[in-house]
Amino acid sequence: MLALTGVHAHYGPIEALRGVDLEVAHGEIVAMIGANGAGKSTLLMTICGAPVPSAGRILFDGADIAGLPTFEIVRRGIAQVPEGRRIFPRMTVLENLQMGAAAGDATPSALAAGLERAFALFPVLAERRTQRGGTLSGGEQQMLSIARALMARPRLLLLDEPSLGLAPMVVKQIFQVIGEINRAGTTVLLVEQNAYHALRLAHRGYVMAQGRVVMSGSGAALLADPDVRAAYLEGGAKPPPGA
Amino acid sequence: MEYFLQQLINGVTLGAIYGLIALGYTMVYGIIGMINFAHGEVYMIGAFIAVTAFTALGVAGVTFVPLALAVVLLVAVTFTAAYGWTVERVAYRPLRGAPRLAPLISAIGMSIFLQNYVQLLQGARVKPLAPVIRGGFELLHANQFSVQLSYIQCFIILATVVLIAVFTLMIARTPLGRAQRACEQDRTMAALLGVDVDRTISLTFVIGAALAAVAGVMVTMYYGVVDFFIGFQAGLKAFTAAVLGGIGSLPGAMLGGLLIGLVEAFYSAYFSIEYKDVAAFSILVLVLVFRPSGLLGRPEVEKV
Ligand SMILES: Nc1ncnc2c1ncn2[C@@H]1O[C@H](COP(=O)(O)OP(=O)(O)OP(=O)(O)O)[C@@H](O)[C@H]1O
Ligand SMILES: [Mg+2]
Repeated sequence: MLALTGVHAHYGPIEALRGVDLEVAHGEIVAMIGANGAGKSTLLMTICGAPVPSAGRILFDGADIAGLPTFEIVRRGIAQVPEGRRIFPRMTVLENLQMGAAAGDATPSALAAGLERAFALFPVLAERRTQRGGTLSGGEQQMLSIARALMARPRLLLLDEPSLGLAPMVVKQIFQVIGEINRAGTTVLLVEQNAYHALRLAHRGYVMAQGRVVMSGSGAALLADPDVRAAYLEGGAKPPPGA
Repeated sequence: MEYFLQQLINGVTLGAIYGLIALGYTMVYGIIGMINFAHGEVYMIGAFIAVTAFTALGVAGVTFVPLALAVVLLVAVTFTAAYGWTVERVAYRPLRGAPRLAPLISAIGMSIFLQNYVQLLQGARVKPLAPVIRGGFELLHANQFSVQLSYIQCFIILATVVLIAVFTLMIARTPLGRAQRACEQDRTMAALLGVDVDRTISLTFVIGAALAAVAGVMVTMYYGVVDFFIGFQAGLKAFTAAVLGGIGSLPGAMLGGLLIGLVEAFYSAYFSIEYKDVAAFSILVLVLVFRPSGLLGRPEVEKV
């Protein structure tokens, strides 16, 4: 479904991606882990055309989307839950969700169905529908960001650290929801610091370092790998007791 | 008392016109964080198109006023909107992402260019227009003073109220209005959700120019004269109004316009007409000292 070959990306003179190769097949959950500054967020943003890749190919459903403007890329069926959630602070929860529908079918009936799905997934959003986005709690904002991304019924969902800063209970809920979304037919590329949860949920995983993919394998294989364990699991992010 | 009432009517009329122009400044500022210095000239072009269209209709023998007015509004709004769109394409879009000073300078350049362009095309002398709508209501007659509300003032105030209602609904309820607010709050995120940011910015300039065109038609009918310099004068006032109300705030722009209109009318009536601008700008300075973000503006320190 998604295939990157030799993708480079720059922020001015800084080279953040240095030839990334990666593949996500239809129906998969693929996890991407890596240290701070490895280029994970840049990777997701580059897939969406911001920044535009300076070299390499990005095939989505067989068509090269590298170089297309962001709005055209996402209208092909890619949605992103970006780093930091990026909720519109001065819009209500409802308006944030309506914005999410902009890339998809914008008819009133599609919108109503989308809202229904969003509220079924996260009932708390229904209670807060008239509240301004900027006044939601961090966990509620994360839920809203995910719900907003799903409004356009994307075929590929890109998630950037959805568990960041959330209480363990909420983290568990978010990962559960990601699993549900995937079972409902959406392909998922998941960037996470929470390597344990991410690799357990994912079918396959990649490890990024300094703008390159340095390792790949099934979620279970990566979880068992001594290097991965040393770098991303035993350094403090141990599996929570009872998880 | 009667004199006061008359000045109130005059001030509200003037304020409506300033407010319509101020909306264009504040909308563009909201979405690209930049003062569109060419906006006053876009308004001036609207007024010129109105004079030309009224004159042409007069020559063509169209005497039914509502029809003439509708045609002139349509023509002025269409062409002025095209100018607004072009200003964005030529002076702003190529500089997106450039240091902030660059688009500012290119906008000032655009403003000077448009002034000279109209001066070359139309001459430097004022263009007169015979009154299109005459007459009015006499609201009050006492102490040898009569309070008049002319039909043209009625038209200006009513049309402004209707326009603002439509415009407010558009921003609050329609997908375009939502997209504009989204671009204002987080342009990258808006793009990630499928909003064509460039198109939304273009439409913002177009809407601002259309509102300015209506103001241009009104001014032409109200004063009966236009020249190439009115854009600078009215632009400065409307810009002041936008800052006074809180730049970026749409209700603020209207409130600011109304206040500037009232201050001007009362100051020229009770003190001196030569110094009415001093009064308007003094109010601005005073408000900014006590409320740096304007009357209805939001303080800059907001965590997003
Ligand atoms: N807008 C930007 N301008 C300049 N440099 C940037 C920008 N965004 C990221 N970078 C740089 O690009 C590199 C990769 O950053 P990126 O945000 O992709 O890392 P990451 O893997 O997502 O890290 P984290 O786990 O901390 O979120 C870093 O060195 C960062 O400093
Ligand atoms: Mg990141």
